[in-house]
Amino acid sequence: MTTPLCDRSAHELLDLLKAGDVSAVEILESTLERIHAVEGRSPTTAPYEPQPGDDDSIHAYITVTEERARAQAEAVDKARLAGDDPGPLAGIPVAVKDIFCVKDTPSTAASRILETFTAPYTATPVERLEAAGALTIGKVNLDEFTFGSSNESSAFQPAPRNPWNPAYVPGGSSGGSTAAVAAGEAVLSLGTDTAGSIRQPAAFCGVVGMKPTYGRVSRYGLIAFASSLDCPGPVARDVTDTALMMNVIAGADPHDSTAARIPVPDYTQGLEDGVKGMRVGLSPDYFRLRYPDPETGELREQPVLPDIEAATRRAAEILAEQGAVIVDDVPMPNTQYGIPVYFVISRVEAASNLHRYDGVKYGYRYPQGVDELREMYRRTRKDGFGAQPKLRILMGMYVSGAQYEQAYYERALKVRTMIRADFDTAFDPQGEYKLDALLTPTTPSTAFMMGKVYGDSVLMQYADLLTVPANHAGIPGMSIPAGLAENGMPMGIQLLGPDFSESTLLQIGRAYEGCTADAPWRTTKPFVLMKGM
Amino acid sequence: MAKTQDKMTRKVFDHLVELAAFELDEEEAAYLHAELNGQLKAIAELEAIDIPGDVSITSHGVPYPPEARPPLREDAVHTYEDVDDILAQAPDVEDRYIVVPDIPNEELS
Repeated sequence: MTTPLCDRSAHELLDLLKAGDVSAVEILESTLERIHAVEGRSPTTAPYEPQPGDDDSIHAYITVTEERARAQAEAVDKARLAGDDPGPLAGIPVAVKDIFCVKDTPSTAASRILETFTAPYTATPVERLEAAGALTIGKVNLDEFTFGSSNESSAFQPAPRNPWNPAYVPGGSSGGSTAAVAAGEAVLSLGTDTAGSIRQPAAFCGVVGMKPTYGRVSRYGLIAFASSLDCPGPVARDVTDTALMMNVIAGADPHDSTAARIPVPDYTQGLEDGVKGMRVGLSPDYFRLRYPDPETGELREQPVLPDIEAATRRAAEILAEQGAVIVDDVPMPNTQYGIPVYFVISRVEAASNLHRYDGVKYGYRYPQGVDELREMYRRTRKDGFGAQPKLRILMGMYVSGAQYEQAYYERALKVRTMIRADFDTAFDPQGEYKLDALLTPTTPSTAFMMGKVYGDSVLMQYADLLTVPANHAGIPGMSIPAGLAENGMPMGIQLLGPDFSESTLLQIGRAYEGCTADAPWRTTKPFVLMKGM
Repeated sequence: MAKTQDKMTRKVFDHLVELAAFELDEEEAAYLHAELNGQLKAIAELEAIDIPGDVSITSHGVPYPPEARPPLREDAVHTYEDVDDILAQAPDVEDRYIVVPDIPNEELS
């Protein structure tokens, strides 16, 4: 049986489109057909009542923008027929995480408080994708305001499921993105990563996810969570597609003063050049974790899942066989403080960003008559915010309060410096280790079952233990699929590199991908693709 | 430095809830209060870190030398074209003014 168009990579589809073998409309139709087949009922903000079928469907999308995508696909086909270049991603269906403003679409952040908000402008990375001919096929679900690692906190239920086994979470917060790409409901997706929100769900769903260097991709039009940590980035099925998408979304932007004015290379150049002579590090601090006991809250040390450690070490062997120099025992001693630091910094920034939602200028307002303004605020926020935004506002206010600021916030910012220093030492070209990249597991475990961790905000946060240091340091990171664990769920390995080294990470990732192209696990497909399709 | 007694009391919690303009029922308040104290246990790990005296704060990880920063925009007026689109998002508008309930105030004597 030939592979349906919706399951093919963007680069393969672009070749077919250029050869005139398929049209953009045909690719769109194939993708819409898949959405109709696997998506299940659309999520809503109504009180959630489980229904039969919820647990074997994906529920990735909050909004499918079929008309927008169809108009774009027709324009691409017309341009090509006229002999014009329709752009580097022409005809490729892209799902946009619903944390980005896209003009004339509901832009909800998966929160009740923005359920009625229709964006009056388009975020820069989305604008660049559309200008490159990509088809905006819809807005995908996420944890409310990106606050979570499982998608279960979305106000729009049923929450997305993991396409490999819908009893499991897809991860988060870009779980709608990774579920959609894994299930053939989109070829690419634009996600965001504040503590691992692209890489962790990419690992859980068996796809590629890249958090670019902070400032590499503009945040203009991204509904802010933690402004010093947020990074938009690609979700794709393979490394080459990730490079193609980075080529389009990266670059300076006059609308974002933190978008760096550093030239954007062609990320597809050198992809096939291999890893000969590259120095790739392994750190013991990424194989053992300090983790709170769910019962007592006491911190204890435990190893990452043995299957994941084995996959990471096997990846190092494969890279060594290709000529990379593997550097063992690279100390990253401050890795363990990533989550406590994050609990402070991200909450302070989130609280600052969330105070704007007050029912005055846009979004939800408590609809009944109230006597005075403050009562309107209270009623609006009571109905509009779920538990996570409330927790983050309260914690942000607490740890930045005058009497605690030095003990918490200032201290966290200093430990952030120490986390950054670990990476500076590892990547220093004149230093002891001279690494081109650090190779680590992406997550301590594979995807967890729906409902198993949700509700425990501390344990949930620790799913980001191995990804959050890159956000503190600002450096780029990428998760790529590295096989299936004993329970059949995908595992991811992570590559971390110095500032603006995305090309190197892609090159190493592509080398690993090429060497494992014939691995038996690559022929196993997600559950939803196996059932009669 | 924070000590055990600094863990968030219910009184402090209630004060924060008021400042944040939240309204919580008792069940939700108890859950949020317990979660925050759980998070503070994880944060307490920071207290034990020996931070060398010369460590400065990092506001974001990537250095921003002037050549990497966008230049400051010209101080010029840019008229936004779709003002109606923005006003259309407001829950209550009258004559292009956003309407809100009465703002509590005191008459100054």
